[in-house]
Amino acid sequence: MLLIHCPYCNQTLPEAEFTYAGEAHIARPADPSSVSDEEWRDFLFIRTNVKGPHYERWRHFHGCGRYFNAVRDTVSDRFLITYKTDDPRPELSDLLEKSK
Amino acid sequence: MTVLTHAFTPGPIVASGPVKLTLMAPVARFSLRLRAANIPAVSMAIGVELPITVGERASNGTTEAICLGPDEWMVIAKSDNTDTLVSACADIYASATHSLTEVSAREITVRIEGDRAAELLTIGCPRDIDSIPVGGGCRTVVDGVTVVLWRDEEQSFRMDIWRSFALHVIDLLCRGCKELAAE
Repeated sequence: MLLIHCPYCNQTLPEAEFTYAGEAHIARPADPSSVSDEEWRDFLFIRTNVKGPHYERWRHFHGCGRYFNAVRDTVSDRFLITYKTDDPRPELSDLLEKSK
Repeated sequence: MTVLTHAFTPGPIVASGPVKLTLMAPVARFSLRLRAANIPAVSMAIGVELPITVGERASNGTTEAICLGPDEWMVIAKSDNTDTLVSACADIYASATHSLTEVSAREITVRIEGDRAAELLTIGCPRDIDSIPVGGGCRTVVDGVTVVLWRDEEQSFRMDIWRSFALHVIDLLCRGCKELAAE
């Protein structure tokens, strides 16, 4: 079982308490009625689907209930970092440097 | 075999063996949500200093609160204190906005105690039980069901379970008690 650090509880807890919530940092268009069908489709459905470090959202469902962001390697399942939703997106190069 | 019904009559469920289960008497329960700035005012109103670290508890003897999330608390009070608590919070609402929702009927509480109480919990709870300090607690999961676990003593826990899931969770705990007793 994966152990995930919840940035709100500040504890590292078993995966069973968490739920996955899709890719992170996908901003809803500020004015939906002005975007084209293609842009709206991309917003709804098109994801990066990376092989390697992936910016994604998780929710501490059976705990504090908060959504937070994480960078997880989709190949090794290793979490490089978890951070609060309003924290800035960390640079991947920094994370990879730190995890060496 | 003890057969529990949805009436949830308080009393012993498993009365002997290495772990005892008791269905506790009803209490008043409140879900409290508020922003950090209003914590002092609301603490004053309910008479308990609200803890700000997730998992910490505070009590004044009749009312106790546990911090479940950065802006969420569960407040437990004696049933006859309900009105006092509600009106105290209503009085400060204008200056300290918060949400106090009575959820007394939502959950029931099971006392889990005995030499191997912590071990019993591991049958359904993935969290490291040893990481919960005495006098602390947490919201976690037991066999897929969200519960609030309070650790009162080294081997004495309270588990708040939503009524609709309670029969399932209690049945699982009973089964675990039997297994421990059979060893």
